[in-house]
Amino acid sequence: MKKLKRYRLFLVLLVGLLVIAYINQSIAMNTIQLTAESLWNMLFLLPPIFILVGLLDQWIKKESLIKYMGDKSGIYGILFTLILATVAAGPLYIAFPIAVLLLKKGASVRYIVFFLGAWSTVKLPVLVYEFTSFGAKFTLTHIFFGLGFYYIAGILFEKIYDRQNLLKNEIV
Amino acid sequence: MLSGIILYSLATIYLIISFKKNKLKTKLALISAWKMFRKVLPDLLAIMLFVGLTLSLLSPDLISSVIGENSGLLGMVYSTILGSVALVPSFIVFPLGRTLVQNGAALPQVAVLMSTLMSVGLATLTMEQKIFGRSFAYARNASAIIMSLLFAWIVWVVMV
Repeated sequence: MKKLKRYRLFLVLLVGLLVIAYINQSIAMNTIQLTAESLWNMLFLLPPIFILVGLLDQWIKKESLIKYMGDKSGIYGILFTLILATVAAGPLYIAFPIAVLLLKKGASVRYIVFFLGAWSTVKLPVLVYEFTSFGAKFTLTHIFFGLGFYYIAGILFEKIYDRQNLLKNEIV
Repeated sequence: MLSGIILYSLATIYLIISFKKNKLKTKLALISAWKMFRKVLPDLLAIMLFVGLTLSLLSPDLISSVIGENSGLLGMVYSTILGSVALVPSFIVFPLGRTLVQNGAALPQVAVLMSTLMSVGLATLTMEQKIFGRSFAYARNASAIIMSLLFAWIVWVVMV
């Protein structure tokens, strides 16, 4: 029963799909095809990411991560976080387990919020698309405003949220 | 595809190095990787089905007509809601945005839509809550909505 509960949202959506299939078959077929496609992409990308996270968990010493992303890391914290987010691949929800691991290893809340914000703004592969679709002015405005905003948001979040408190829900 | 190849090469190389240095640690790493995978799988299935549903229900024509040049503040509200609810793979977001603008959607509205698509996730909120707790997850999404609206305002001032 507990297992079934974890799949509740999926089952609800599945029922939704059945309703749509009853009304309009071509939309339903299209949905199944798109879902299968993105599911396949994700299942392809996730295993190496989780293996890397698992390895980082075992090998990275808390002290060294605190140096790079801890409360007193200063400019290193910003640079290190930016590099991590820039080389990222995949949607934001993949960043969640990674962010928790960093938090567990001693990264400060400020850089975690900055990391999640930067992940949604400056992923290198996506920047290429943004640049070719909307040009330099738009892309640069997006990058500089986004990064500035999320850095300030990080400072605010740090005042509100306590590291230990956030880690209560840890999944790593 | 390319990022897949890079990720797999990286994972394999580090796995081999790790295994040579310490078998136990490597085993523990793989076990925790498997556990993480199992924990996110139910959410992932739901998220993917949601992506499929949004992409097949919303055509560019439909979206463009809702957030066109004269849609104003209401168009802003629509695109914020749409961007927060829908989930579109990130490499599709900008080409999609371009298509929308070409179909007659206004740039600031499209900017909100794209920015919220990338940073706000109501579909992934259950997963985010489980990981960071409810309050943090809500606050992060709220901050991302604020960021997107401010960004659209800047785009409106600077580029329109």
